[in-house]
Order: sequence, then C-alpha cells, then structure tokens
Amino acid sequence: MKSKLFDYIDRDNFIYNLSGLTKLVAFICLTFSVMFSYDIRYIIFVLVLSFCFFRISEISFRQVRTMMIYVGVFLLLNFCLTYLFSPQYGTEIYGTTHEIFRFSSRYTVTLEQILYQVTKILKYASGIPLGIIFLLTTNPSEFAASLNRIGVSYKAAYALALTLRYFPDMIRDYQDISLAQQSRGLDLSKKEKLGTRVKNMMNIFVPLIFTTLNRIELISNAMELRGFGKHKKRIWYAGKPLGRNDYLAMLFSAAVLAGSICVSFFVNGSRFYNPFV
Amino acid sequence: MNTKEKTPVIEFKDFQFQYFSQAEPTLYDINLTINKGEKVLLVGPSGSGKSTLGHCLNGLIPFSYKGEIKGSLKIMGQETKEMDIFRLSKMVGTVLQDSDSQFIGLTVGEDVAFALENDCVELGKMKETVQKVTDIVDMGELLKSSPFELSGGQKQRVSFAGVMVDDVDILLFDEPLANLDPATGKTAIDLIDRVWREEKKTVIIIEHRLEDVLYRDVDRVIVVSDGRIVADMSPDDLMAADILPGLGIREPLYVTAMKYAGIKVTPQMHAGRLDTLDIEQIREPLLAWNRAQEEKEKSPERPAILQAEHISFQYTKKRKILQDISFTIHEGEMVSVVGTNGAGKSTLAKVICGFVKEDQGTLYYGGEDMSDWTIKERSARIGYVMQNPNQMICKPIIYDEVALGLRIRGVPEEEIEPKVDKALKICGLAPFKKWPVSALSFGQKKRVTIASVLVLEPQILILDEPTAGQDYHHYTEIMEFLKSLNSQGVTIIMITHDMHLMLEYTPHAIVISGGKKIGDASAVEILTDEKIADQANLKVTSLYELALKAGIGEPTSFVQSFINYERGTRHNEIETV
Repeated sequence: MKSKLFDYIDRDNFIYNLSGLTKLVAFICLTFSVMFSYDIRYIIFVLVLSFCFFRISEISFRQVRTMMIYVGVFLLLNFCLTYLFSPQYGTEIYGTTHEIFRFSSRYTVTLEQILYQVTKILKYASGIPLGIIFLLTTNPSEFAASLNRIGVSYKAAYALALTLRYFPDMIRDYQDISLAQQSRGLDLSKKEKLGTRVKNMMNIFVPLIFTTLNRIELISNAMELRGFGKHKKRIWYAGKPLGRNDYLAMLFSAAVLAGSICVSFFVNGSRFYNPFV
Repeated sequence: MNTKEKTPVIEFKDFQFQYFSQAEPTLYDINLTINKGEKVLLVGPSGSGKSTLGHCLNGLIPFSYKGEIKGSLKIMGQETKEMDIFRLSKMVGTVLQDSDSQFIGLTVGEDVAFALENDCVELGKMKETVQKVTDIVDMGELLKSSPFELSGGQKQRVSFAGVMVDDVDILLFDEPLANLDPATGKTAIDLIDRVWREEKKTVIIIEHRLEDVLYRDVDRVIVVSDGRIVADMSPDDLMAADILPGLGIREPLYVTAMKYAGIKVTPQMHAGRLDTLDIEQIREPLLAWNRAQEEKEKSPERPAILQAEHISFQYTKKRKILQDISFTIHEGEMVSVVGTNGAGKSTLAKVICGFVKEDQGTLYYGGEDMSDWTIKERSARIGYVMQNPNQMICKPIIYDEVALGLRIRGVPEEEIEPKVDKALKICGLAPFKKWPVSALSFGQKKRVTIASVLVLEPQILILDEPTAGQDYHHYTEIMEFLKSLNSQGVTIIMITHDMHLMLEYTPHAIVISGGKKIGDASAVEILTDEKIADQANLKVTSLYELALKAGIGEPTSFVQSFINYERGTRHNEIETV
C-alpha cells in the first residue's frame, strides 16, 4: 500500500544501527560529493557505493517501487529536455567537439553532449538511493534526539520528528478523503482534463487541512498535559550515544567528499573531466 | 468506600467559568467535593459542560483555553489558578478521548516515556519505569510496536500507561469508551477498576455511556446539565431518581425494561448494576409484562436490491481481508454490518462502492452484475457517507457543498437548485441553505454530508459509524432521521459497533469477523447469541441478561418484545409532540 512508503520499519543491520546524526552527515557529504564533481569515474564510484549501502540497509525494493518509477520517469524527461533546450552545452563546457551525426545544425549529437548528460543522470541516480536510505532507515525520534544533541532546540527537533511521525497518517487521511470524493463523482483519473483535475484535488485538500488542524490541537493538548516544554532540556528515550561505527562512517563520508574535491582540483584541474582531449 | 476517612482531593466552591469566546458562562455554581480514593462518574449530554469541568481539573483551563474563573477550585489543597499546567499534570493524569491522535511517540515505549523525557529522568531509570508501568496495563511485551500495529484498546492502554508513569494521585478519563467496540470497552472499564483498587488512585470518568461504565462499581455519579450539577448520588439512588431520561442521557436498558413493566425503581433494588439488582423484587411484574406482549407480524419480503456472492478480497497475498462473503439485502431494509476493528467491514463497504475491486465473487445490484461499473456509476445508486463529516466537506457554503456532486456531473444549474432544495429539506437543513458550514454543529454537518450524497438520489446509503461520539440526544436525532429516510424507500446499510443502534434500528444484522461472515440474522438474535457476540467483540445485551436472571423462558423473544414496545412508545411520543 502507498501509505507504507514513508513508514519507518525497525530492522537490525549496520545502517539501521547508525545514529541519525551519522546518517545525516553521511547523506550530506556523499550527496555533495556527487553534486560537486562532474567526473564520471568518481560519480560511478559513489553510485556503486550508494547501491551497496542500499543492499546493506535491506530496504525491500517493493517498498520504494512507486517512488522509483516516478524518479525514472523524471530522469528520462530530464534527459530529453536537456537535449532539447541545450544540445550544445556539452561542447560548451568541455571545449571540444566530437560529432557523431546531426539532425540539423543546432541538434548535432556530440560525444561531449552524451557524456555530459549521462554524467548528470548518474549524479541523480547516485543521490536518490542515499536519500531513500536516510528517510527510511532513520527513526524520526532518534534523529530528533541527534539534532538536539548538536545544538538544535529540542522543540524544533521534536516538531520535525512529529511531522515525520504523522506523515503516514496524513497520507491515510488523504486516501480516505479522496475515495469519498470520488464516490461523489470527482474524477481524479487521467480521463479528466488537467485543469479540472487540479481543481478536483483542491476539494480533497480543504478537508485534509481541517482534519490536520484538528489533529494538531489534540496533539498539542496531549503534549502539554504531559509536561512538554517544562524544562530547558529533555532526555530522549530513543537517544543513542555515538558509537565507534558512527565515527568511522562519518570519517569515511568526509573522506569521500574530500576525495571528490581533490580529484576536481588536483587531477582534473576543474570540476569537469574530459576524456576527449 | 464511604467508611474510609475522607480527605478531600478536589474541592469546587461556587465555581463558575466562562470562555472568553463565549457570551454565557459554561459552568455555574459548581460545588463539588471528591475525596481521596473515590471513583466518580461524570455524566451529561454534549454541551452540558462536563468536558469543561474535566478541563478545569487537568489545567487545560485556564492555561490553554482562556476564560474567566469565579469562585475556587482546590486540588490537593492548592488553588489551581495559582499553579501551572505542569504542576497540575503531576497531580491529575488525563487519558484523553481520542487515543489515536494523542499517540505522540513512534513506539509504545517512547510514548509511555514522554512525560519522563520532559522531566529529564535519567535514561536507565526511565526505561525501568516504562517497563514497570507497561506491565501493569499488560503492554510490557509490545514496547517496540508502532501505533499502526495496535488495536484501539491497546492504544488506550498505552495512553493510560503514559499518565501512570508520573505516579499521579488522580486519574481523569475523558470518554474512555468513545472509540472502542463493546467488548474492548468492557475490558477498559475492568482495567480502570483494577488500577483503582490496586493502586489506590482517585478516579474520575467522564462518559455518557452510563450502562457500560456502571458494569463495575462506582461510588458516585455526578450529573451535569446546562453547566450545573443536577445530581450527585450513588448509582442505585440515581436509577431510582428517574431524572436521566429528561436530561437526554440514556439509562441502562434493563432499567428502561423495568419501567416498561410498570416497576417503580427504588434504591433498595440496587439497580445501579445488573449484578447487584435484586431480581426477587421485580420478577413477577417482569414476567407478567412479558406474557402480555404479542408477537409482531413479519412484514412481507421485498425484492433483493444488493446481493453479494462469494466475495473475496485481499490487498496482499498473505492476508485475506474478505473471504467468501455472501449476503442478500432487500429493498427498503435497514441493515447493520458489525464486527471488530479490522474485521473487514470497512473493506466490504469499499468493495461495494467500487473503491477496490473484489478478487473473487460477484456483486449484483437489483439482479444486475456490477463488475464493470466504475466508482462514478456506482455512486449514482449507492451513496457512501464517511464517519467524520470534516473529512467530506470541502465547500464553505452548505448549498455549494450539497450541489457539488451534481455540478461535477455537469447538470445544468437550473436543474441543480430544485434537487438541492429537496435534499436539504429531507435533511431538515432548508433554513440553512446559504449558511457557512462552519456555523453548524457536528450532527448538522453530518446531515450536510448525507444531503450531499442524497442529492444524487441513490437507492442505497452506506454509512460508516453514523453515530460515533454522539450523545443520546444527537444519536436519537441522527437515527430517527435515517429511519425517516428509510421509510421513504432508501435502503440503509450501517457499519457500526454500537449495540444499541443495532438493536433498536436495524432489524437485520450481518456480523463479520476475521474476514468471514459469522452471522446474518435479526439484530436481536445476534445480540442474544453469546458465541457470535464473543467472536465479534460484541456484548450480549443487558436485556438478555435481565431476562435470564428473571428466569424468562425465551429471553430472545423478551428482547424482541422490548424493542417492539420501545418503537411503539417512541412513535407515540413523536406523534403527540
């Protein structure tokens, strides 16, 4: 079911047992390292890493299948549009031209362009599993506890955890409301024109917002009645002290980031790697 | 409990409260003392002020809901307005009504620990306390479970444990039975009773389902009406005092039955609980009344409107939600579909409406195979009304809300108006046509949602828990309205776990348990069948127990006679008004 998409499921493996803070740091470092570099060799290295992590984390593919399909479609669209709007960008950044064939003078297919676009796809493709791992393997409360430890106010951290906690509930509400509205004749399928569909979606969001606001009042009352906000700090039940693995993981991610920067500056001399020179 | 020495823990003196947002005070002249170790039940219809009274005790008033207080309220000898909500929460622990949305933590353990976390209790000690308290409520094994894996009753146990970690002296339960099925509700009352006895707490229960709470001992019942305390007495005295029906609170069914039999209830009968009721004093008149009732003729059977044949459905291969369900519903029937949470009754409704597609079996509408019908096509014949009207209403003005379904179908505006007018009139909302939805009460909103479905002129109406969270007055209002719709020819199917509703309004009941149909008979037969009641988390009705206790030969027909008699009297009442 769709609502399972963002549910946190507890498992016992290396990735799950890392602290939320570690996973955040690793996520930022690794994503940044692929976003920074345009060296396809390095990107493939990180891509392989991120797929390995995905395997280690034991997230079932079924759980993320819908998301993967969307991502795939987006990447494909992105690939086509990039070519449509800037077919010569590859030549521009790499500074060389190796023509393969041409549709017209503007739409020339060059090796550079293909390399540029493949590199870009791989960048996204390596970042996305990392994001999924972070979202699905981090216990929201434990993550909030970690944020609190690095100095974020516990109220803000708790608000974040609550959002993650109630997100599946909201999806459930959305599904219920959407069914009821469809039974009144609201068409959300592709048969309807896009404009009407957007308008019909609004008819679902209004009740959803009211239901959610109502829920917020209940929760905040419940929290206050149990002493939330009384002291300047709080102890987290789900808090995990950082262990040896956490430091190792963070060190490793930092090294990957440093590697990415070093390759750019010392090996390639720029963010781009041009094999055609 | 009266023999114990009395130490007052809660003292209201000439207490009055008015919300800043309201023109009139909600509570007047409250004088009430509750002693240490007492178990007190607070009843009253919706809007009587009983919830406000509860808010005054736990500090939500005046600290979250602002208003003006006159007089004094002392808890454990301290004036509440001079304290803060945190100090109060160490004395009064509150278990709120909706245990679903107040489940804050991600797991059971975390949720129970919430108060301790805020108190900066050291982690080792925190885990120890959590274990101890969850063991008291039998949830110690499930510390790692997430709220989605728990049943309604289990969630309530968790919120119960969540307030007990604080070792409070006073426990306040705000409508603890509201979202529970009858059998789970019974267990909840048992649990409260056990904690009250073993942990020596002072217990205050706010609830309008009087009969269900009185299933266990209660020291006093306090009746609130229109912001005042109108009665403060033992359950036995209350039953004899005969003030509840006038206030719109339902008295226990067995008490009503005694009254129908012409018995004058006295405190000496101990009618506060069925267990303590002195049956010897009333056996004769009860038997006499039962002999005098005639059997009602059965009305002739009408053609089938909805038939299900061997319906099966599953989301995933592992778990079957519905298994081989077959039933027939006739034109103009009023049917209840009952069963525990997760038994599959909502899924059945979804299959009927076409939200999900059955894996096996066929549904027939008036003999026609519905397999190829889309949601939209089905909705012209079968209307679906959700439990929570707030989840359905999406337009600010009532007229627009009701017209929505027609507008979507492209019906011309000049045809829409008469249809909407008609639907509004049936639902008694004609005067509010141009009103904003936000100005309506919960019950009126419910009617708006019914009107917005009725406007499509369906032949069948499916309602999910039509009376959940309603007091007796609003319950009667909604149900009488549905009854009148039914008499105009609409077939009504209700998903419910309200036994009174089943018994009084639906001659036909279908029971689902674990995805299978385990009963399909008259509601009276179902609610007097201990085996089915047990499997489906229902309770046998107290009328049946009364009949057994009195030694009536055919208890089932006694219950049926009661229902017939009651429908007769209510009918007369309505006609004379």
